Amino acid sequence: MLEIIGYIALIFLSISIMIGLYRVIKGPSMPDRVIALDTIGINLISAVAVISITLDTGAFLEVILLLGILSFITTVAFSKFLERGVVIERKRDR
Amino acid sequence: MSSLHLAILLPFIAAIVIPFIYPLTKRLHTGWITILVPAALFLYFVFRLGDTANGGYIVEEMAWVPSLDINFDAYLDGLGLLFALLITGIGVLVVLYSIFYLDKTKEQLANFYVYLLMFMGAMLGIVLSDNLIVLYIFWEITSLSSALLISYWFTNKGSIFGARKSMLVTVFGGFAMMAGFILLYLETGTFSIQALIDQRDLIMASPYFIPAMILVLLGAFTKSAQFPFHFWLPDAMEAPTPVSAYLHSATMVKAGIYLVARMTPIFAGAAEWFWIIVVTGLMTLIWGSVSAVRQKDLKGILAFSTISQLGLLMVLLGLGSAAFTGETIDENLVYSAAIMTAIIHLFNHATFKGSLFMAVGIIDHETGTRHIQKLGGLMAIMPVTFTISLIGLASMAGIPPFNGFISKEMFFTELLHISSMNVAGVETWGVVVLAVAWIASVFTFLYCAILFFKTFFGTFNKENFSKEVHEAPLGMLISPVILVGLVIILGLFPNLLVPTVIEPAVASILPHLPAEELTINLSLWHGLNTELLMSLGVIGFGTTLYMTYPKWKNLWLMQHDRDPFNSVYDKSLNGLSTSSEWITNVQMTGRLKDYFTYMLLFIVSLLTYSFIRSDSFTLSFAQTEEAPLFLYGIVFLTILSTIALLFMKERIPLIITVGVVGFLIALLFAVFSAQDLAITQLLIETVTVVLLLLAFRHLPEMVQETGSRVRKSLHIALSVSVGLLVFLIGTASFALRNDANFTPISEFFIENSYSLAGGKNMVNVILVDFRGLDTILEVLVLAIVALAILMMVKLRFKGGEDV
Repeated sequence: MLEIIGYIALIFLSISIMIGLYRVIKGPSMPDRVIALDTIGINLISAVAVISITLDTGAFLEVILLLGILSFITTVAFSKFLERGVVIERKRDR
Repeated sequence: MSSLHLAILLPFIAAIVIPFIYPLTKRLHTGWITILVPAALFLYFVFRLGDTANGGYIVEEMAWVPSLDINFDAYLDGLGLLFALLITGIGVLVVLYSIFYLDKTKEQLANFYVYLLMFMGAMLGIVLSDNLIVLYIFWEITSLSSALLISYWFTNKGSIFGARKSMLVTVFGGFAMMAGFILLYLETGTFSIQALIDQRDLIMASPYFIPAMILVLLGAFTKSAQFPFHFWLPDAMEAPTPVSAYLHSATMVKAGIYLVARMTPIFAGAAEWFWIIVVTGLMTLIWGSVSAVRQKDLKGILAFSTISQLGLLMVLLGLGSAAFTGETIDENLVYSAAIMTAIIHLFNHATFKGSLFMAVGIIDHETGTRHIQKLGGLMAIMPVTFTISLIGLASMAGIPPFNGFISKEMFFTELLHISSMNVAGVETWGVVVLAVAWIASVFTFLYCAILFFKTFFGTFNKENFSKEVHEAPLGMLISPVILVGLVIILGLFPNLLVPTVIEPAVASILPHLPAEELTINLSLWHGLNTELLMSLGVIGFGTTLYMTYPKWKNLWLMQHDRDPFNSVYDKSLNGLSTSSEWITNVQMTGRLKDYFTYMLLFIVSLLTYSFIRSDSFTLSFAQTEEAPLFLYGIVFLTILSTIALLFMKERIPLIITVGVVGFLIALLFAVFSAQDLAITQLLIETVTVVLLLLAFRHLPEMVQETGSRVRKSLHIALSVSVGLLVFLIGTASFALRNDANFTPISEFFIENSYSLAGGKNMVNVILVDFRGLDTILEVLVLAIVALAILMMVKLRFKGGEDV
């Protein structure tokens, strides 16, 4: 029962990733795409969580945590790049 | 190491020593030290004469590479000794001549004598080695040192051109010759010439017989300037005259003659051998003598004359090979006279041609020109040179009482003999051979006359010469006078050298005939016969032609004194370089795109071929498991975003999509329960995306692909086929794995990762325990990459520095 629910949830998550992907590919402006990437990341977190439930294992909990951090970092890096043009700024006093 | 080996190596040892002595002996001409080497060798070989009498021989073995049957075995028989005497004897005279010819203050003498000694040693090595590979090595050393000697005045463009040409032609032939030797080795399993002669029947019957023969003959023909490979010899005349006299009349060009003579016991008897040699020799004979008439340069005339005389020697060797076909020994002895004639003429030619080259060198040295239209009236100014030339030319033209007359008479005798006999189907063509040889003799007479009269008679025009014209110094005249003395002595007493030198040489070319039967009695006058009438005809026609020379000297034939084969050579060399340049330009475009295309095309075609060849296409899904529906979704998403990558027109969406693909693959890893991989993949993907963003600022705008439609569809087809192929290989190997029922090695890890390594995370246990070595090296790779990046960022070249 739980397995079937898990599969259904994964299908829905796949659909929402696909919608995110549509935004990434189509997305008229750059921030649209970055937000879509963030969304995909969040969806992936959910998907990994659902997978670990269906597979009945705790091995993927680290993946979830890491994905959260990385998704954040990626989004921040993109945002900074879009705003400033660089990711890592040089020191002013040089 | 025997004294014979030492004799071969002595010139090389001297060549090493000379450059060290040279700076110490500024006051003494280096030639005086060098001359000791050939003089000692000449004496040594004279004392060995007794060893080869009556067909005797000496073998001295010395292991070099015994495992490959390459041994430095010296073999001294009549033929080798004859050549050794020629090489060292004329070597002495040439070195003596060069002492007065080359100025010790202006010339780099050490170079000259080192090259000359190298050449001398290599020539001795050729004629005295029994091993074919050793012979080949010495053969190539002669090519090399000859090129060095031709380009002795290397600031002169013509010298470099001539050296390169002779090098290319002779090395081409030498290489072919080695291929022929290897074919002989494949058949018989030995490189020793004597052992090959013993296995003559085996070689004759082998399928390699014709190819080996043609390849070996290619070597001989290129070296001996036979038609159509003769065109390098006239250009080699850019060398200093002692070199021309030594290499291009007496020794190196006779290496091919030597090879043919040496190989005669192996190949002779076959009609192919007979005809190839006779026809090539005849072509060379007539071509050389006709071309010599057209030349305006004294050395040019002598070069073509050498070509023609070498052709004559070749004809005689070819005719003499009939001595292997006769039914009885008596019949064979009749044909063997041709070989005898060849050897006598070889000796005679070396004497008169050497003296003529030296005489021309004197004229060049003392007048500053060799052009026949500038010269004239030198008879009274240079009486000694005049006499030398007169005798040398008379001998070459075949006028009694000089030695050239005897060998020419014998040549005609042989032609008459053999054309009247039925050897290798010769009877129909015998008359043609005879006629061609006779016409060539007329031309020989003609160019001798031109050379003689245009140089020494006529009026002396002072303004033609850049310097005061006078007779050469005494030292320069010694060598040609000695040679001319030999010409006269051998003409008057022709039997002088026959029993000691000539007969043993003939005996070693014809080992199957009893040595004591190979005797000949030479005389200037052998009665009133057809040969004498032919000689008279030659003189008569030649004189007529010379008398009418002004009438036909403007003919088309006479205008073009460059050999037509030169343009063939030039064009083919140019064509070779332009076509290879074209091929390089077509394939080496400098664009990575094209190189990838080649690589992928090659991979695809090779793999497709081997797939078809082994018939291993399998599309079996029998062993696959049912996949859950959501997996289709993830795979579909991955494919979708991968395809989307191809249509991205800007960089940021591209990077974002790459990130999406990476995340999706991490998800796939997670689905297949590889959490370590999933974690690593996520980290790497994020870092990659950030790095791409970092590098983003420095990248130029994205360039849209602007290939033609055809090129684009070609690329698409290629990438589709690569993908398809990889897919096919994957399914095929999966099916194979299931068919073959391999036990995966993972069973072992599953069982033992805790019990042996004490870890529950199997992936990590494999990485750091079971297969830790790979991990160490991967760490090393990362370290190197980090360092390399640091270097690239920190140590940038500022420009102007040479990388």
